[in-house]
Amino acid sequence: MSRLEIVKTYKIYIGGQFPRTESGRYYSPVNKEGKVLGNICLSSRKDVRNAVVAARKAVGSWSERSAFNRGQILYRIAEMLEGRKAQFVEELQFQGSSKQAAESEVNLAIDRIVYYAGWCDKYQVIVSSVNPVASSHFNFSVAEPMGVVGIIAPENSSLIGLVSLVLPVICGGNTVVVLASEKLPLCAVTFAEVLHSSDVPGGVINILTGSTDEMAPTLSTHMDVNALVYGGSDPLKLKEIQENAVLNVKRVFAYSTDWKKADAQGLHYISDVQEIKTIWHPIENVGGATSNY
Amino acid sequence: MQMKKDIQQSIDQLLFNSPTIDKVGVEERVARFQTRSIKGDSKLQALKMALNMIDLTTLEGKDSPGKVQQMCYKAMHLHDELPNLPTVAAVCVYPSMVKIAKSALLNSKVNVASVSTAFPSGQAPLAVKLADTTFAVNEGADEIDMVISRGKFLAGEYSFVFDEIAAIKDACGNARLKVILETGELLTLDNVRKASDLAILAGADFIKTSTGKIQPAATMQVTYTMLMAIKDYYEATGKMIGMKPAGGISTSKLALHYLVMVKEVLGNAWLSNEWFRFGASSLANDVLMQLMKAETGVYQSPDYFSID
Amino acid sequence: MATNKNIPEVEWEYAPSLEGTSHIQLKKKYDLFIGGKWVKPSSGKYFQSINPANEEVLAEVAYGSEKDVDIAVKAARKAYNEVWSIMPAAERAKYIYRIARLMQERARELAVIETLDGGKTIREARDIDVPLACNHFFYYAGWADKLEYAFPNRKVESLGVAGQIIPWNFPLLMAAWKIAPALAAGNTVVLKPAETTSLTALKLAEIIEAAGLPAGVVNIVTGYGDTGAAIVNHSDVNKIAFTGSTNVGKIIQKALAGTSKKLTLELGGKSANIIFDDAPIDQAVEGIVNGIFFNQGHVCCAGSRLFVQENVAEKVIAKLKERLKTLYVGNPLDKNTDIGAINSKEQLATITKYLEIGKQEGAEMYQPACTIPAKGFYCPPTLFTNVAQSNRIAQEEIFGPVLTIQTFRTIDEVIQKANNSPYGLAAGVWTEKGARIFNMANQLNAGVIWANTYNKFDPTSPFGGYKESGFGREGGVHGLAAYVKFV
Repeated sequence: MSRLEIVKTYKIYIGGQFPRTESGRYYSPVNKEGKVLGNICLSSRKDVRNAVVAARKAVGSWSERSAFNRGQILYRIAEMLEGRKAQFVEELQFQGSSKQAAESEVNLAIDRIVYYAGWCDKYQVIVSSVNPVASSHFNFSVAEPMGVVGIIAPENSSLIGLVSLVLPVICGGNTVVVLASEKLPLCAVTFAEVLHSSDVPGGVINILTGSTDEMAPTLSTHMDVNALVYGGSDPLKLKEIQENAVLNVKRVFAYSTDWKKADAQGLHYISDVQEIKTIWHPIENVGGATSNY
Repeated sequence: MQMKKDIQQSIDQLLFNSPTIDKVGVEERVARFQTRSIKGDSKLQALKMALNMIDLTTLEGKDSPGKVQQMCYKAMHLHDELPNLPTVAAVCVYPSMVKIAKSALLNSKVNVASVSTAFPSGQAPLAVKLADTTFAVNEGADEIDMVISRGKFLAGEYSFVFDEIAAIKDACGNARLKVILETGELLTLDNVRKASDLAILAGADFIKTSTGKIQPAATMQVTYTMLMAIKDYYEATGKMIGMKPAGGISTSKLALHYLVMVKEVLGNAWLSNEWFRFGASSLANDVLMQLMKAETGVYQSPDYFSID
Repeated sequence: MATNKNIPEVEWEYAPSLEGTSHIQLKKKYDLFIGGKWVKPSSGKYFQSINPANEEVLAEVAYGSEKDVDIAVKAARKAYNEVWSIMPAAERAKYIYRIARLMQERARELAVIETLDGGKTIREARDIDVPLACNHFFYYAGWADKLEYAFPNRKVESLGVAGQIIPWNFPLLMAAWKIAPALAAGNTVVLKPAETTSLTALKLAEIIEAAGLPAGVVNIVTGYGDTGAAIVNHSDVNKIAFTGSTNVGKIIQKALAGTSKKLTLELGGKSANIIFDDAPIDQAVEGIVNGIFFNQGHVCCAGSRLFVQENVAEKVIAKLKERLKTLYVGNPLDKNTDIGAINSKEQLATITKYLEIGKQEGAEMYQPACTIPAKGFYCPPTLFTNVAQSNRIAQEEIFGPVLTIQTFRTIDEVIQKANNSPYGLAAGVWTEKGARIFNMANQLNAGVIWANTYNKFDPTSPFGGYKESGFGREGGVHGLAAYVKFV
């Protein structure tokens, strides 16, 4: 008699913990063959709220870490993902990818994390400036994280889309609340497990599964979310999100690109979710005394 | 004497409380005074006021009794072509010239000020400085312009500087004491402020920027810093201290900027030669030319104004 | 001894010193500047632009309608397609330089009109607004043929037609902030000035005409809010740049949802100006004055919330009150005036409303004794002490010469209070401690941090807000990003 397999329970990831949704609801997406992918949390508005609270709490310490340290932590994610490659390949295949496609997606995801790990202590030097003002002041502009960023992951990608949107945002010191792909949620939760076993502090990345239609309005109207990144492809949804964003003048960025392309990465995915802060200070000019005797 | 000792012990503490100065901020403030536009009667009044605040000065090794006498005549007769002109406030000379100036100015309201304390460097022992001062006072000086020991000040020996000023003040008797900080050697406005507070606390009747022998001499930035020290002292004690910028103020326009500054920092109460002086030798003629222009409507030539 | 003063005090006051207006040429009636020509508004309607200092009518200005906006956008599109987008960048630069030079030549005239039309003091118009406006054109002109250096590793293109809506507090300067980078990046422009202050923008149109800028590259459509809405909603506009209130900014952001129009918003503020006990106190007092009373407080980044460390609060407030006595309130054309006229009757009513609210909320109001002209709109410099963080006067943008004063004990407390606002435009920090400045600069959520200074502006320096103060930057290399797309 064959051994009975244990079916994994997928939980959501909030503040470095794996709670079930507070609503107690779940849904069971199926793959092309009609096989149930798993029992996935159908997160509620309250879960979104809790995730934003956790993300806000983490902003201060995450953004104030040294850039070098953030780089190390991001690199550690890549290391941990490399170690659990097989699981992601399996999940991607289960969700409908070919083995080859799944393997290359996981490899690309790892490489992309390494790419953004390297940016952590470099983007600042490219986007900041020393401004030669005409008055006697030292004036410089630096990039600062926007704070809490809501991310709506691409619907048609389980891993690479999520990684491509989340990494540049946290690379720049923001914390995120991610709404995972509704249809393809498995890698998102497993990625959370990778994060949990790496050095990413709790609350920096929060991942929710469930109905995007249900959660996106809560996330996009939330007054304590500073910016939104929309990775979907529905112009009407984007419009709704943009309208909701008005409440507290959220910045909204929409990217539609094939994240499987090797060049679907770059500095602007980091710098878009940065504020430019300009600082002035007087420059004193002392001296000039001469003697006449 | 015990009280003075207590004060001495707390001098460091007092100077620790001197506010710090941001030089760029001071420059901006001073630039605002310079944008004030003084026209018409307001200008005429100010020009006459400026004349009346001048300490007409000659402080040179080659000064002769004749030169001092001529300057004293000028002090009383600035430009006889113009009616109703005030005299200058004082003439400022070396101690050896005090007696000559005093007799030349007999029966006038013009005071005689004497520099002292081994002017301009101040590099002499206290005994010499006291003798220098006592000599000038005995010769009839109404005002004493002393220099502080900048070297000691810069070395942080504030008590030494304080004691010296207090001792000279004692030696002045009824003469009013102006304390020259020589701000061109103090380098920073923070030092200017500290030195101002020190001089005021030690008994200065006036604080004065410069000897005129060091560049930069008076600047508006330095004067503003000293005026703020006077203001703070007045707010704290109700006692007025006089101010004398000296050196480098040679045009009417600049003099008007200074008057604007005095008015806006300290108020109209300081706008008399009792509380404000210009230490200058060439300012008077420039002011006279302006007044003559106003009187005649014609731009003037320096050739028509005596240079004594 | 109260005083050792023993002589009568002189009375020396500054005689009036009015800037001349005889050389100012204002037309009785101004049409719209569209496609390089002065055209009558399709509605035939005009509105009056008055001098807020004496309520006299200065000129009549065309009321642009949706139809006029459409004509202007078409003119801008034509100029974009046929001339401006294909012109060599170095040539584009030379046109912008030429505008800068012509503005410099007519600086005094521009300054006087700015003062007449908006009520700001001639000193500020002459020494700040107009030079900065000229310099802004001069600065961005040079970027036109160097864009590839501004965005490393990215290829940029111009956007097309930029619709720009500007406020009444810095009419010419805001026009320069909007037009100069737009043109440098290769866009054409439809600009709407605020209804109370159209005249310098129209004078700028004359200068642009004189500079020989190709027809339609810059179009000025005067009018009210509906004119602006027509620009925002026009389907052939590629970019909207707006400076004004947060409320209107939100309406625009909503209107643009679901469109491909690029948007930058420079909105309101309630900026904190923070004085620590080790600050250069007298310069800090000047910074407070400059922070809130500059331009009658009609400044989005005005330092309207003062936080003073409690151990120096008494001293700072006393010095501040003394200083207020030396501010001259009155005719903005007088070169000695420090605080000019409030821009409009409506704005004065808003400010007056807040003064009442402040008193009702239990705050203590201080205004120095000062004489105010009988005609025109004026408000004396005003301080409120005994203010709570929850008071409306400490939360809402008043946009007038009104300062709220709160005290604080610890650095954590003041950071929290300063950031406790939906706005995030600017902040001031006054301390001699360098390490604390960097900490504060880091912690304060605001786009501009002035340390030991306040209300400084420069074309090379990016300006713009966090949170509900808007997004995007104006000025500097960062200001270019608002007017390009990445391809």
